[in-house]
Amino acid sequence: MSEVVLRAEGLKKHYPIKDGVVRRTVGHVKAVDGVSFDLKAGETLGVVGESGCGKSTLGRLLMRLEDPTEGSVYFGDRDIYQAGRSEMRRLRREIQIVFQDPYTSLNPRKTVGAIIGEPFDIHKDAVPKMGRKKRVQELMEMVGLSPEHINRYPHQFSGGQRQRIGIARGIALNPKVLICDEPVSALDVSVQAQVINVMERLQDELGLAYVFIAHDLAVVRHISDRVAVMYLGKIAEIGTDEEIYDRSTHPYTRALLSAVPVPDPTLRGERQQITLTGDVPSPANPPAGCRFHTRCWRAEAICGVEEPELIERADIGGMHHSACHFVEDVMISNSRS
Amino acid sequence: MTSPHTTPAGAGSVAVDHPLLEVEDLFVEFHTRDGVASAINGVSFTLEERETLAILGESGSGKSVTAQAIMGILDMPPAKIPRGQIRYRGNDLLTMADKSRRAIRGPEISMIFQDALSSLNPVFPVGWQIAEMFRKHRGMNRRDSLDEAVRLMERVQIPAAKERVRSYPHQFSGGMRQRIMIAMAIALNPRVLIADEPTTALDVTVQAQIMALLQEIQDEEGMGLILITHDLGVVADVADRIAVMYAGRIVESSDVLPLYAKPAHPYTKGLIESIPQLEDKGKELFAIKGLPPSLLRMPPACKFHPRCTRAVEVCRTDDPELREVEPGRFSRCHFAEEVLGE
Ligand SMILES: Nc1ncnc2c1ncn2[C@@H]1O[C@H](COP(=O)(O)OP(=O)(O)OP(=O)(O)O)[C@@H](O)[C@H]1O
Ligand SMILES: Nc1ncnc2c1ncn2[C@@H]1O[C@H](COP(=O)(O)OP(=O)(O)OP(=O)(O)O)[C@@H](O)[C@H]1O
Ligand code: SF4
Ligand SMILES: [Mg+2]
Ligand SMILES: [Mg+2]
Repeated sequence: MSEVVLRAEGLKKHYPIKDGVVRRTVGHVKAVDGVSFDLKAGETLGVVGESGCGKSTLGRLLMRLEDPTEGSVYFGDRDIYQAGRSEMRRLRREIQIVFQDPYTSLNPRKTVGAIIGEPFDIHKDAVPKMGRKKRVQELMEMVGLSPEHINRYPHQFSGGQRQRIGIARGIALNPKVLICDEPVSALDVSVQAQVINVMERLQDELGLAYVFIAHDLAVVRHISDRVAVMYLGKIAEIGTDEEIYDRSTHPYTRALLSAVPVPDPTLRGERQQITLTGDVPSPANPPAGCRFHTRCWRAEAICGVEEPELIERADIGGMHHSACHFVEDVMISNSRS
Repeated sequence: MTSPHTTPAGAGSVAVDHPLLEVEDLFVEFHTRDGVASAINGVSFTLEERETLAILGESGSGKSVTAQAIMGILDMPPAKIPRGQIRYRGNDLLTMADKSRRAIRGPEISMIFQDALSSLNPVFPVGWQIAEMFRKHRGMNRRDSLDEAVRLMERVQIPAAKERVRSYPHQFSGGMRQRIMIAMAIALNPRVLIADEPTTALDVTVQAQIMALLQEIQDEEGMGLILITHDLGVVADVADRIAVMYAGRIVESSDVLPLYAKPAHPYTKGLIESIPQLEDKGKELFAIKGLPPSLLRMPPACKFHPRCTRAVEVCRTDDPELREVEPGRFSRCHFAEEVLGE
């Protein structure tokens, strides 16, 4: 359980902003701006953060759907960005992705069987041609779809079922890592639970590691072993689910957690909410110093000048890393509330 | 802040004992090529001044259609309202003269739309769009209406409102655009505000700001609020009463506290149980099996029976009524008392 399967090191992705008329580059959107972490075999790393903080970009970088501006992603000890074409094709078998939108990520003109079998078109040696249909039906069963529906089209399925089609396609090649970009966000609560259960069962059966990108903090806590909280292209805090949810040491994490409505009316008015003022700054022009300082309830002068590092801090221990100058104080106020 | 509140012309005298808004036995159907889709099947509820009623339900359960019927913005055809009443202070909007109706829908009953972020007109400055409400309904001149617009933008906490009154929608963030939609909805001091998923597209930290703002406005103005949502968390935070919809009907309605403590319908119970809980970490989530029914292929009798864990023969043959099972608590289940007692 402790072997690292995927490691991101100093990942950056800056998109050029072009001036309308002469198409001159006038700046950069720093979508991902220095992200590092390890993903261990069989574990789930949750990635949370508000819209535009770079979660999907990170997901695309991790399976090299895009090349980074800087940094590396290692699968085992191989930097995937150094891999040539045929090597990359092999690596793709190990790292797969499930997209957010079950309504648009499936080709409407293909049957479910063809969609789930797509990876076998590229990796012809993965299953013998004769065994393909059988394998697709097996995959459908694994995700709780009825194998008799192999010749149906996506529009004949509900949102939750379509998301399972995407998952079946994602696991078709027996990958070691599955990157899931908001896999249940578009689904109703009653259907969400079905898909989450399928994902957890598959992880147990196949030993998959998940990078689980989502903005629903309750769902992320349920499924994750560790959680990374992103803000404006960077990780603000990373740790085990308990460290993040019960002993968080970053003011942004605290604010995010306190803003989540709790489905328990007896707690109304009793929860301490940290209301953030202002809007999320543009990733084209992130604030100097700590990126969060413009909205932070704990900020002091130093925060606008010096960027806090995301490091292990002896006092909070272990692998719980936090990028805040005042980790100790935040931790104390945490235990009081 | 209160402004003169006028009785709409022709709406008759305001009898004190009428609730603010009553929806009674409302039916809405859509006539489509594939057949008649019964989207709303006998929905009834009441909203009082200062009250927050949450309408909760999953996608397609009929929340928005209910709101659109109240606002009179359903496209007819394909929509048809074969039955029902929608009474504002005792007067039925569906049968009243056009002129009186226009004086109520909009000025007295207003709505924040689900797709608010795209419902601002991109080619006009935001302030101009707010000001138009005052020109149209209050007969104000250009200057005064713009002043009012600035005042409203300040009211919904848009920073530097004076400078921004001439900005276009794309120059505002999602949260700010949503606040502008709120400003437009409260511009004429409505007595009923319908908010259709007002925060679904927003981040949690912004969502918290918007809900706080809506509540503050409601406290000050005392309007009745219908909050449409699928988020049990949001409901727990703000609602007085809650109506749970399933397949175009209300299956349970109750004050908020008892509903969360002890749901009286298997669907509500399933919904509450399928929310991930901290202590259930690592355990399998409870999941309601199956899927919501298609409007064109509704199951007979209880519409929830194909998904219900306790369904028996009677559920497949007899349609349960919405019954009062405890004072103020209504459930549409043959076994409501037993569900309550679990
Ligand atoms: N191809 C692109 N070109 C230019 N900018 C981009 C591109 N893709 C993403 N961005 C920008 O990079 C930032 C991060 O976007 P990203 O989609 O990764 O965010 P996210 O965290 O997934 O947000 P959401 O929760 O809304 O899905 C945003 O400001 C976005 O506008
Ligand atoms: N113009 C229309 N023509 C045909 N059917 C319609 C039309 N408008 C709505 N419906 C149907 O009526 C039903 C109720 O839709 P409604 O928009 O009220 O759902 P909702 O509860 O608001 O869902 P959501 O949470 O997705 O917003 C749906 O099945 C929908 O497909
Ligand atoms: S009436 Fe029967 S099927 Fe319907 S909710 Fe109650 S127990 Fe379930
Ligand atoms: Mg995204
Ligand atoms: Mg709706």
